[in-house]
Amino acid sequence: MPMTLVEKILANKVGHDVRPGQLVMTPVDQVFAHDLSGPLAISQLRSLGFKGFKHPEKVRFFLDHASPSSTVASANEHKTIREFASEWGVELVDVGEGICHQVMMEKYVRSGEIIIGGDSHTCMGGVLGALATGMGSTDVAIAMYLSRTWLRVPDTMRFVINGRTPHGVYSKDVMLHIIGRIGAGGATYRSMEFVGSTIAEWPVPERSTLPNMAVEAGAKCGLCPSDARTLEYLTQQGRAKDYTALSGDLDAPCNFEMKVDASALEPQIALPHNVDLVVGVTDPKVRNVRIHQIYLGTCTNGRIEDFRVAAGVLKGNKIAKGTRLVATPASRQVYLQGMKEGLWTAIVEAGGLVNSPGCGACPGVQTGILGSGENCLSTMNRNFKGRMGNPEAFIYLGSPATCAASALAGVITDPREVVR
Amino acid sequence: MTPTDSANTPGRAWIFGDNVSTDLIFPGRYVHLLSNMPELVGHTLEDARTDYAPNVKPGDFVVAGENFGMGSSREQAPVIIKLSGARAVLAKSFARIFFRNAINIGLAAIEVDTTGIKDGDKLTIDLEAGVLKDQASGIERRFEPLPPIMTEILRDGGLIEHIKKHGDINL
Repeated sequence: MPMTLVEKILANKVGHDVRPGQLVMTPVDQVFAHDLSGPLAISQLRSLGFKGFKHPEKVRFFLDHASPSSTVASANEHKTIREFASEWGVELVDVGEGICHQVMMEKYVRSGEIIIGGDSHTCMGGVLGALATGMGSTDVAIAMYLSRTWLRVPDTMRFVINGRTPHGVYSKDVMLHIIGRIGAGGATYRSMEFVGSTIAEWPVPERSTLPNMAVEAGAKCGLCPSDARTLEYLTQQGRAKDYTALSGDLDAPCNFEMKVDASALEPQIALPHNVDLVVGVTDPKVRNVRIHQIYLGTCTNGRIEDFRVAAGVLKGNKIAKGTRLVATPASRQVYLQGMKEGLWTAIVEAGGLVNSPGCGACPGVQTGILGSGENCLSTMNRNFKGRMGNPEAFIYLGSPATCAASALAGVITDPREVVR
Repeated sequence: MTPTDSANTPGRAWIFGDNVSTDLIFPGRYVHLLSNMPELVGHTLEDARTDYAPNVKPGDFVVAGENFGMGSSREQAPVIIKLSGARAVLAKSFARIFFRNAINIGLAAIEVDTTGIKDGDKLTIDLEAGVLKDQASGIERRFEPLPPIMTEILRDGGLIEHIKKHGDINL
């Protein structure tokens, strides 16, 4: 019987056919928490009389949201997590290593796995063909404790993306366009499966923005096939042995299919305060919107490819007076590679500033909180009121190219003229 | 009072709109208060409406539209709603992580048509029968009761207590 990708993954794990809507108990391959979700998961484990992990190799803690610590409270929470990880022999991915989702993609996620993370953007792991999904601290604690979790088998929504994106248009624009069409709750409880010629052509890092933002449409997971591009990426990361081919059957029944012509898109912008308020960059609603802060980075667009695009626009130019630019690489690997390529030099010479790897300004707890009434344009994934720490500020979302072009002009700007 | 008690005791409706994010329920700027829950609870839903936290009474209801609890996985969002005194969140639909978190920490999250319920209306709810009544308007709505495992988790006071009692999750 033909199956969608999420059905294949679940059926393989639970050992029998599955159908959408069914509740199943499934083994979990990897489970992680970070510095905001970890402390509560640890206290929940302790209240269960925790005496060690059955599978410590499946468990990780990341320190990325306040990285390095920004308050006494966060410093003490980091200390709690470091001590717990050391006591029970599980891996601690410490400050400076990067955002959990980026590091998971670079080093750990394998196709066909079931991965539970204490962060909503865990769904990014779907870029490598894994059922990766975000949960809260108690679910994470129980998944660590039992090495199992319960899931409702999701319906699949198939997105068939064809065509070559025009110059200056990227996967971020494609995903904003999709979320604008289906809405912030348009994929709630469902699996978004991304297929088509555009996906087949994109390397894994370009693809990763799509599953990363699946949760912004409410989805349980966002999945790309594990294919030749996956093998290419895993080989570059020195882990070709982690590759298995895996894709959904295109004739598997699913109750929603949307076709997207990537070649017809212009750069997209999400307006404050919802990710589904999406317009083209040439729309009058965003013309001449003054931007006080540009934020480049996050698990959505903090990769080397993103900074190559942004630095290419900024190099040899100056950021507009009255606009500041904050850049935060998503991982140590990105940071080091950017150093070798001179990307940080280009950004700093243009008038920007570069932070150490981590979530940076996105969660609103450190480095780059906005002033009241200020506008920010960012490569991040969500623009909710209060997201960057101030409910009186306004957040717009766009691609790294749109952000860099807008940094030079000081207003929201179409990047197609200036992208190299 | 557990969420499964008191079918006939009325509580006040606090009305919220669609797409209430976890950033509105628990703003990230208060993350330093995580070890000070009583103070954090005083900021519950503050960025959605400022009059909720100071005035909510035990047994009241948070009543919303579509996609309640969208966004981050922070479990403190349902925790502070529960600690604020709300007996349940009633919404047309929930974001899935919020829904799981709510049940796990022992807060009833009920998917029900909330159209027509007005701020301040007195509501009663019978979770097991799946009936919501609005005393002010006479509106009576039926809803699909939660699956038995979730009702059991709520009755036990959350997933941790459930596991302590049963040692496992049996669907």
